[in-house]
Amino acid sequence: MEAILMYLKVFAVGGLICAIAELIMIKTKITPARILVLFLMIGAVLGGFNLWTYVIQWAGAGATLPIIGFGSSLAKGAIEGATSNGFFGALGGGLAATSAGIAVSIGLSYLICFFTNSHTKKN
Amino acid sequence: MKKIGKQTYVLSNGVGIRCSHALVGEKEKQGPLGKYFKDFFTDDTFGQKTFEKAERHMLLTAIEDMLKRNNISISDLDVYIGGDILNQLVTSNYVAEQLQVPFIGAYSACSSVTESLALGSLLVDGGFCTKVLCSACSHFSAAERQYRYPLEFGNQRQAYSQWTVTGAGCSVLDKFATDMPKITKVCFGKVVDFGILDIANMGAAMAPAACDTLTAFLNDTKTAPADYDFIATGDLGKLGSDIFRELMSKNNYDIGNNYIDCGHMIFSSTQGCMQGGSGAGCSASVFSAYIYQKLKSKKFKKALLLATGALMSTTTNQQGDPIPAVSHLIMLEA
Amino acid sequence: MNKQQRNSEYLMYVENQSPKSAWFTSLLRAFIMGGTICCFGQMIGDVIKSFFPTMDILTVGAWVNISVITLTILLTAFGVFDLLAKYGGAGTFIPISGFANSIASCAIEYKKEGLVFGVGAKMFYVAGPVLVNGVAYSMIVGIIYFIISLF
Repeated sequence: MEAILMYLKVFAVGGLICAIAELIMIKTKITPARILVLFLMIGAVLGGFNLWTYVIQWAGAGATLPIIGFGSSLAKGAIEGATSNGFFGALGGGLAATSAGIAVSIGLSYLICFFTNSHTKKN
Repeated sequence: MKKIGKQTYVLSNGVGIRCSHALVGEKEKQGPLGKYFKDFFTDDTFGQKTFEKAERHMLLTAIEDMLKRNNISISDLDVYIGGDILNQLVTSNYVAEQLQVPFIGAYSACSSVTESLALGSLLVDGGFCTKVLCSACSHFSAAERQYRYPLEFGNQRQAYSQWTVTGAGCSVLDKFATDMPKITKVCFGKVVDFGILDIANMGAAMAPAACDTLTAFLNDTKTAPADYDFIATGDLGKLGSDIFRELMSKNNYDIGNNYIDCGHMIFSSTQGCMQGGSGAGCSASVFSAYIYQKLKSKKFKKALLLATGALMSTTTNQQGDPIPAVSHLIMLEA
Repeated sequence: MNKQQRNSEYLMYVENQSPKSAWFTSLLRAFIMGGTICCFGQMIGDVIKSFFPTMDILTVGAWVNISVITLTILLTAFGVFDLLAKYGGAGTFIPISGFANSIASCAIEYKKEGLVFGVGAKMFYVAGPVLVNGVAYSMIVGIIYFIISLF
């Protein structure tokens, strides 16, 4: 029962964040890239004040997977870096905390481009 | 040849179009005009490594097929006027290099087909040339990666966007083809800018240009839309052609039922192309496969073709500048 | 009538004429797609946790991210992801899958311009703003926190 409730929360929070982004896109005609940057900034602010952690505890992957979670872990990483390693930790902590995801995206994309070509869009 | 009014040129004898040929992709073949498109291809890479190469190959194939079927040798051509929508007109340039015919590049984005035909007919009517080859083409995938996003990038198309047509159209103007459909008047358009910033809403950017040119032409010739069997705009799409009608009625011209838009016509609403087709290949292929054939079979006696071009650059658009547009008109008589 | 006034009237007119996307359907689709991707991530996290119960929450989160990224890049390579995105809209690009797709799609598309100026330079055509802004924000947060912690 508890597990089902958890998944409902994940679905609701993840879905809601995406629906808000969609709504902003429809109403203001902002391009996808700008929406991503906007949500990233929101995430960094929420992460900087350590507020997003509560949402993550409540909704798990529903809060970590959206780009807001990425922004918050960048900010949190920088704070943790500053606490443990001082000034250089503050500079590099954000990247360090998210480095695995970024590295996998870049590395795998680089690898995969040798094996595939872009497909024609049918519609 | 003489100039009447401000923008219109009347060709003294009319310049015959000896032949016209269209080559389109699979999606266009499946559209409502499919039965008119005799030649099409299914592999849109043409077995080439890049889409830019594929576009060139498509255009060259179309031109070579046309010349072969009509027994015209390349050495008979005096000049080649061509345009496409890729940066630096790469497609036409490389094809011109293959053909080794003196080349004039004509860039007015999707209006290239009428610009090249209009320039060519002036050259022939002025007695400078005997045979002029004109072409225009576009390729969906090549245009997409230059103007928008990578093909595999996941984004939604806006409801008012259009789909670049994969297709090429080419024609040969011939001084001696007097029994063929003729270009009798041409009207070069002014560039207009109505402040449209949205790169997806090209129909709205181009509609004022079409309206400007058609109004100028009707004023110069003192005619009304009803005097023509058929009026076609290039690639305004459904939204753009509705706006165009509205703008024309504000100028006290009622565009009747004999008006179509090539972009609106080429795709059906079920093909996921939103407002319809766009691109230089859109009006070029519809002209060659549909309008020219109808003129040839005398279904149309007098027709107007106004291809419309959104002269956008991704650089200036990102710098916040609006999209200028232009439309050139040719009048055709059977 | 001057040009500015004419243009602003025309823009208003175009705005009224333009077809509106069926916004309720779009929102619902984004909600469903976004929720599904997040639940999928949660499921992967639960599976990993059941195998390694001692793993801390951050490492599990990293594994979830990497799994979603890997799956997205594979779907992009097979030409399926853009179809999902056409349905899901913001539901597919707001989760980390959108970030991965933008990098992979650019890498695949621009490899024709070579490995240096094609893949290397243009890989971040869409994702670049996210990385650049993300790193900049994290540095700002970090430096502010560092300065505060000095006092």
